[in-house]
Amino acid sequence: MNNIFVYCEVNEDGLIADVSLELLSKGRKLANDLNIKLEAVVIGDQIQNIENQIYPYGVDVIHLAQDARLFPYTTLPHSSIVVNLFKEEKPEIAIFGATSVGRDLAPRVASALRCGLTADCTSLEIGDHTENKTQKTYKNLLYQIRPAFGGNIIATIINPDTRPQMATVREGVMKLEIFSPNYKGKLKKINLEKLLKEDDFLVEILERHIESQKINIKGAQIIVAGGYGVGTKENFDLLYQLADVIGGEVGASRAAVDAGLVDHARQIGQTGITVRPKLYIACGISGAVQHRAGMDQSAKIISINNDPKAPINKIADYTIIGNVGDILPKMIKYYKENSK
Amino acid sequence: MSFRIVVLAKQVPDTRNVGKDAMKADGTVNRAALPAIYNPEDLNALEMALHIKSKMKDAEVIILTMGPPRAAEIIRESIYRGADAGYLITDRKFAGSDTLATSYAVSLAVKKLAPFHLVLSGRQAIDGDTAQVGPQTAEKLNIPQITYAEEVVAVDETQITIKRRLERGIEVVKSSLPALITVHSSASECRPRNAKLLMKHKHARTVTELQEETRDYTELYNKRPYLQIEEWTVADLNADVEMLGLSGSPTKVKKIENVVLQQKETILLTEADKDIESLMKELIGTHIIG
Repeated sequence: MNNIFVYCEVNEDGLIADVSLELLSKGRKLANDLNIKLEAVVIGDQIQNIENQIYPYGVDVIHLAQDARLFPYTTLPHSSIVVNLFKEEKPEIAIFGATSVGRDLAPRVASALRCGLTADCTSLEIGDHTENKTQKTYKNLLYQIRPAFGGNIIATIINPDTRPQMATVREGVMKLEIFSPNYKGKLKKINLEKLLKEDDFLVEILERHIESQKINIKGAQIIVAGGYGVGTKENFDLLYQLADVIGGEVGASRAAVDAGLVDHARQIGQTGITVRPKLYIACGISGAVQHRAGMDQSAKIISINNDPKAPINKIADYTIIGNVGDILPKMIKYYKENSK
Repeated sequence: MSFRIVVLAKQVPDTRNVGKDAMKADGTVNRAALPAIYNPEDLNALEMALHIKSKMKDAEVIILTMGPPRAAEIIRESIYRGADAGYLITDRKFAGSDTLATSYAVSLAVKKLAPFHLVLSGRQAIDGDTAQVGPQTAEKLNIPQITYAEEVVAVDETQITIKRRLERGIEVVKSSLPALITVHSSASECRPRNAKLLMKHKHARTVTELQEETRDYTELYNKRPYLQIEEWTVADLNADVEMLGLSGSPTKVKKIENVVLQQKETILLTEADKDIESLMKELIGTHIIG
């Protein structure tokens, strides 16, 4: 069996993006399951000591393409390089970040190679498959698991016959884990001379403004929201901690914003942002209609409140009666001990 | 030669506004609760196309949509808003197509409309959220792609400058033409229907739709031939059937799970360790977190 490849994004500082490190961490586990190697594709310019950056994640081979024209990312040269590399190396699996870059690049590559691609996977597993009609069994396929249909269903997608089996995964979905601090692989430089053509530079970047981090409540699949009942900034920190470990964002009711517990940019409700995450954890939120208007379409709602009569409990799937300050640490602890 | 803009638009079930009614208790999709709508970002793309048309001396906007016969509604909606014409790609042989097979069919249809200058589509459709058909179509047409477009900064017969909305910022890029552009929801909202266009085109029908009509449209269509919406089948596109539908789709759905549990009443829990643990266990086990 051939190897697993991870496309690594390079950021403004010449560092590999967190999402790519997360995918390398997951890639290492999949490689171990399948007893194959983990290979990284790194394309950019002025990349800082790439070997030190990513070998600790268990990378066996780095394919490096460095050229002033390759940063910032543009579609055509990156896709030419990746397509050519994949044609030569024939990866078993190829994973990309579900980012502005990965969601632009991966479909182009998949189309050129005529192979299957699954977007925004929330889980990747290895498993077998038997075709109903032919009774043909496929061993060790990549199960690409993702929400579909507005988050109402979870689909498991497979690519039985085409290689590589391609998937994109959002930032924060996989856990970032150093495999071994002293792990060493080998570096292969990609020869760009014959590869890149004039046509690869038909798109030119004129301007670019990238902020280091941005609150993204609207796009979050999980929201941990706090209301006036959270009480203190210290308790609000628990919301950030929970959101961080389960891969969500922190939101707030207007009462919490008005009380100065949290920034206005996080306000959810009629005068704030409307959200439809798959999970909404309402902490100390009574649930005025204005707030409910901004979140009642959430697929699943958990209310944590010490008032059993809080209106929000009526639209919640689960209501935990108690104090936010006691309950959130328990949730964080359980998740840390029991998630993959 | 007129400046030709092709807009790819899709009719989708409205997965955003139904919340807990979207799924039936047996785990199947509740179609009745999901009206068919114009994919929201495709409307942003249509607006961008109409905006570009207004900037050019002689331009036309042509809609391409792929789907069952009822998707002709997308073409009428587009024409009411200012599109010049539309084609419906429809054939049972397309059923079950994943994004790769879809982009193959769409690219053949776009080629039939050559010479074209721009292909526009929404970034993604709300039923699948994959954002793959745009870039895959661009690859099959062998033209550059500009994804997540928010604004047209400049355009002429040979090149276009686009402001892109990235997850952590913006980028302004210039591309030669032809090019394919996918449009982000942060772009301008689509203009409403124009009353005059609505009156002029409200009887626009495909051949399939005409067969369903009780009224005889023959005379009207002789006088106003522009009302006829053309349908393209696999044969019209000269497509390789093996590259369409299930056989042309490398991705297969192995399993579907319903994640919405039907809760009539809220389940009350205490802050005891065992309650919190069983809740967390369920959330992890049903892939809601983790």
